[in-house]
Amino acid sequence: MIVRGDEPEQIRLLKKLYRPGNYFMQGNEALAYGAIFAGCRFYAGYPITPSSEIAEMMARELPKLGGYYLQMEDEIGSIAAMVGASWTGFKVMTATAGPGFSLMQENLGYAVMTETPLVLVDVQRSGPSTGQATKGAQGDFFQARWGTHGDHPIVALSPTSGQDAFWETIRAFNIAERLRTPVVMLFDGVLAHTRELVKIPDVEEVEITYRKLPKNEEEAKLPFGDPHGDGVPPMPLFGHGYFTHVTGSTHKENGLRDVYTPEVHDRLVRRLHRKIEKNKDVYEKYEEHFTEDAEILVVSWGVTARPALGAVLKAREEGIKAGLFVPKTVHPFPGERMKQLGKRVRAVLVAEMNLGQMIIEVERYINDDVLLKGINKIGGVPLTVEEILREIRGVA
Amino acid sequence: MAKEIYSKYPLIKYLRKEALPTALCPGCGGGTVLNAFANAVDQLKIDPKDLVVVSGIGCSAWIASPYFLADTLHTTHGRAIAFATGVKVGLPDKRVVVISGDGDLASIGGNHLIHAARRNIDITVILVNNFIYGMTGGQLAPTTPFGAKTTTSPYRNIEHPLQISETVAAAGASYVARWTTAHVYQLIESIKKALQVKGFSLVEVISQCPVQFGRRNQMKEPAEMLRWYLKNSVPISKAKKMSPEELEGKFVIGEFVNRERPEFVTELNKLIEEVQEHFGLKGE
Repeated sequence: MIVRGDEPEQIRLLKKLYRPGNYFMQGNEALAYGAIFAGCRFYAGYPITPSSEIAEMMARELPKLGGYYLQMEDEIGSIAAMVGASWTGFKVMTATAGPGFSLMQENLGYAVMTETPLVLVDVQRSGPSTGQATKGAQGDFFQARWGTHGDHPIVALSPTSGQDAFWETIRAFNIAERLRTPVVMLFDGVLAHTRELVKIPDVEEVEITYRKLPKNEEEAKLPFGDPHGDGVPPMPLFGHGYFTHVTGSTHKENGLRDVYTPEVHDRLVRRLHRKIEKNKDVYEKYEEHFTEDAEILVVSWGVTARPALGAVLKAREEGIKAGLFVPKTVHPFPGERMKQLGKRVRAVLVAEMNLGQMIIEVERYINDDVLLKGINKIGGVPLTVEEILREIRGVA
Repeated sequence: MAKEIYSKYPLIKYLRKEALPTALCPGCGGGTVLNAFANAVDQLKIDPKDLVVVSGIGCSAWIASPYFLADTLHTTHGRAIAFATGVKVGLPDKRVVVISGDGDLASIGGNHLIHAARRNIDITVILVNNFIYGMTGGQLAPTTPFGAKTTTSPYRNIEHPLQISETVAAAGASYVARWTTAHVYQLIESIKKALQVKGFSLVEVISQCPVQFGRRNQMKEPAEMLRWYLKNSVPISKAKKMSPEELEGKFVIGEFVNRERPEFVTELNKLIEEVQEHFGLKGE
């Protein structure tokens, strides 16, 4: 069975169930609506604060659409079930928070290695360990990037509002399907539980995509090849008589394990990287405000991008030439653009709810003569406009 | 030798020839299990296109993957049943079979085993129990008999082995049976039953590892291990009348349960029907 989410029957159900309009809802709900509109019809999860409303909504809504909600025994099982379901053709998602994200890391690596499309939502909460379970944070920037072992590419997005979560979740699914890769959504506990206005669009306004399927038997024989030169092999789904072999071990283009030939490993892992690197147009996205003439550049992401914009607007009112750069796809980091912007400013301030994570990426792309400073806050309370403005004034 | 197998073995059509010969050691029970599984599939006339075989990590995970010619998902350590759960939900009309070892399914993956049995999801698990971690060099497993020697219990094992079949039966599986590699025909019959049962089924196969287990426990030859199984096997009907002390060191064989219980994926689809009906969402 294949459920892409754009079959006529699915469109009919979506139209009947979700009337377009403005709604007052939680970030978690907006994100779940995004998944539903993106065509997600399989969700496997395990309850964890502050992500649980996503599971609750999927449990309530998916059956209406003929989709499946599975509550697994733990987070490890959740991502495992997702991979299994993805190989049967479903668009799949789970949502968790830091501790659960840690448990999912091994199978996230499996999904990278076996080129399994899935969307993994990490509603970031204050850590390490159990930390402040109900409080938001942005401490998983590098867990998303390097949480699983070995050389691997990863795509991670981070929305800045409930409305943004709706659209960015759709984008996450489209990237996962288009590049046959897992995509991480770095959401956070603050936006997850903030209720605000979210516009649910008409189904027709939403563009969704589906993974490449093999055109013929020949293509199906190389589930890990590169027949189209874009690094993305078609996916011979289970149940179609292809006798597909899928393994997390190093494998040849036909899927069979070969862990002894150095060239086989080199070829596979380099292609996995190339697949992401050369398809930047599929995922790269950032927002800029007042960057044309900015002398002080604030770089921020996720929840903190909002007070950061407020601070930049106030600074402008005070005559300070401040600008804002918000990577929406945080991994791979938009380094080229960062480099260009870094050349034009004299100070870069990186605002985030952690003790300095994205700043490490920023640092790689700016010169030594630019003043670089982190604006960091932990404890579960988001940065305010005033706090960021104070730092801007300090370097003005 | 390999060529001879290709021409003489009648069930070669079920195997992925390009992946042969297998990685299993001479004398390993894994070949017996693969043969029993292929025979069960053949006798039931199951089209391999209707099969998805899922395995984890370890020697026993290699019994059917990649050698059995079907869709095969070779997963991470311990997680085969959780992966298989997603596959079964997506392909309810296919037979989903997990073949893996005791360390994989009952130690690191023990939680998934118990909960899949509890859900009674229609997956057939063939759990190959060789009492040892073979691939990593013969370390102590949660199934290693009390007193046995392994590379990480070099003096003697002071832990008690997990009774896998009993545990899974208690957790709610529809079908549970245990045999040894010395009971090939019974094993084939049980795999056939397990494949036909609507619900979670477990066939535990006690299987010899002469290289990592037998060698360190005065049973260097595979045949010695098979004789050990035969000598100490007790049918479940007889075992019921024996005391725990009398059962110490014995292998209880036979069918533990064979019962009808609501199956998970069927219930899931029924629920979807009900919900769609309730909200008036059914198509014209």
